[in-house]
Amino acid sequence: MADVIEVNCETGITTTRPQTAEEIAAAEAAAAQAAADKAAADAAEKAKADAKAAAIAKLTALGLTADEVAALTA
Amino acid sequence: MATSTYNLIASTIVGSGGASSIVFGSGGTIPNTYTDLLIKLSGRATSGSQVNPSMTFNGSSSSYSWIGLYGTGGGGGSNNNGSTSSILLGIMDGSGDTASTFGSMDIYIPNYNSSNYKSVSVEAVAEANTATSYSYFVSGLWSNASAITSITLNPGSGNFAQYSIASLYGIKNS
Repeated sequence: MADVIEVNCETGITTTRPQTAEEIAAAEAAAAQAAADKAAADAAEKAKADAKAAAIAKLTALGLTADEVAALTA
Repeated sequence: MATSTYNLIASTIVGSGGASSIVFGSGGTIPNTYTDLLIKLSGRATSGSQVNPSMTFNGSSSSYSWIGLYGTGGGGGSNNNGSTSSILLGIMDGSGDTASTFGSMDIYIPNYNSSNYKSVSVEAVAEANTATSYSYFVSGLWSNASAITSITLNPGSGNFAQYSIASLYGIKNS
């Protein structure tokens, strides 16, 4: 794992140091949370796309033309 | 002569070893002489694709919430987290994205000295030209009344890659 960059805003001095155990744990938790959030968003987007595809299929089965379906779903 | 209301407080560029995080105001040294804070970040992660960086204040890992709106060029959506350990900073390129591309973002933190909860707005884009590209808007909140004296930026996946740059600006209202 790379070092932490720390900037002291009073002195303007930038230093680097190894991560503490707490920071490693926090970073891992944050990465896991970010991955979970992204997965949830991706799943929601896929569910929405799947529902739209299913709706288009049902409209087509009812006899609507492609143009009519597009007019409803655009 | 007019007083400057937009001042660079500090800036850092990540070296060849990468950085696991970037801390502005180590030891609680962000000055309290401004009204608002602005961070401009050009960042890339050493792993992942289209990764989600995050931010915390004062070393705290609690009482954050956010809502995100994003567009991919081919669609869009939203996500949110009502109780989490950091604020999402939108999107940033990772090692799986187009070589040498960096995500860029503006992070605005108004009234960072106030005794009210701290709101945050983020505008971010990840410029992966050969794949799906994201733009992201995030509204965040830190439900804490303490003044913000330090800010930690985390890459979300791996480390900040070399040549990532973060700059902290102070904004005065007069």
